[in-house]
Amino acid sequence: MSQMVNIIVTVNGEKRHVSVTPGLSVLNMLRDNLDLTGAKLVCGEGECGACTVIVDGVSVNSCLMYAVELDGREVTTVEGLQSSEKLDPVQQAFVDKGAIQCGYCTPGMVMQTTHLLSKNGKPNDEEIRRGLEGNVCRCTGYTKIIEAVNQAAEG
Amino acid sequence: MMIEYENYVAATSVAEATKTLAEGNATVVAGGTDLMVQTAASGRGANTTLLNIRRISDLRGVALDGGRVTIGALTTITDLLTDGVVADAASILADTANRFASNQIRNMATVGGNICNASPAGDMIIPLLVLDADVELSAWRDGAVTTRAVALNEFFTGPGKCVKTEDELLTSISFNRPAEGFVGQFGKTGPRPALEISMVSVGVGGIVDNGGLTNARVVYGAVAPTPIRAAKTEAALEGLSLNEASIQSVLDVADSEVNPISDVRASDWYRRHLVRVMTQEVLQNVANG
Repeated sequence: MSQMVNIIVTVNGEKRHVSVTPGLSVLNMLRDNLDLTGAKLVCGEGECGACTVIVDGVSVNSCLMYAVELDGREVTTVEGLQSSEKLDPVQQAFVDKGAIQCGYCTPGMVMQTTHLLSKNGKPNDEEIRRGLEGNVCRCTGYTKIIEAVNQAAEG
Repeated sequence: MMIEYENYVAATSVAEATKTLAEGNATVVAGGTDLMVQTAASGRGANTTLLNIRRISDLRGVALDGGRVTIGALTTITDLLTDGVVADAASILADTANRFASNQIRNMATVGGNICNASPAGDMIIPLLVLDADVELSAWRDGAVTTRAVALNEFFTGPGKCVKTEDELLTSISFNRPAEGFVGQFGKTGPRPALEISMVSVGVGGIVDNGGLTNARVVYGAVAPTPIRAAKTEAALEGLSLNEASIQSVLDVADSEVNPISDVRASDWYRRHLVRVMTQEVLQNVANG
């Protein structure tokens, strides 16, 4: 039997008490324990970025981080970006530019874009490509995603 | 396959971490970016206790003291990209960090973890071998933390294997600040610029002198069971005036010294080809200043 570890983690601004096993990933905790299904499991190896969330101000692959490591820390998921009826500017830019097709990579793309713009408010196209190097999209061919990041940066 | 641990310890000091290791059956997690993938794939690290060392704040950061650079084991790859000491004293580390995985992984992955994973293709190992780094191993013995230093060049024994014993924790990496005139170059090849495990990686370093290098270091990744220092290639390079013909002679020595395998990432002949092409490129960069 695994020991259950009680952690206190701030998720999208709200303090949550969660009981987790030591081997549980952040991704599985978000999806299964907290019903936050924005972050997606795709590769499970940190290669695709679909599970990207922001922990204490930096983007991470939530499939590669143990939930126990979140104790006392702050997590932002795509569900936490929107504070009112209106979409967050990054989300709105992805909609406006048609940077979404199947949508499976989109929460990760949006979170990584949010991280990128927090470090570099006006990235050029090359910096956008570098910033999103850890996120894979098989639909769009990336051009519209880069346009969306540019719009979000201008907004 | 999901691996479950029975116990969890979040150590906040080296003493607490090494005591836990001394009790046995503990798996250390730092960044977690290799561990999670490997336990899922093969059950590696399937011990009873998960020991999280990430809360030991003393083990993160880079310091320069008395001409010696010390990197805490928990320093992230992202930290290396922005650290002032690294930029000033050992920019080859930042150049390598810039080629490492992806933004998300660089934010999590640690220098100590990249070393302890002991991959023949581990990127950060290459520049640290160029810099003649030592690692500090700490253990709880006879009621106290004891440490020993091991040359990184003697640390690895095979793929995923190293001389660190089960009760030891890698706590820091250190090297002498390179002398005036030192240049260090890192190169890696993969199918795309990001998120690639190197098919071949190369590191070259030395003091630029008369169109060549003295105190030359040549290091390769992914061409042998461990990252290697190419001693014969270093000897051939030492003090050699670099030009097209002399570089070719160094490449012949390098080719005789590497022993690559064929695997999913590249065949042995292609790795040999890359050793020549990449070594030539970095030596030409050195020759051109």
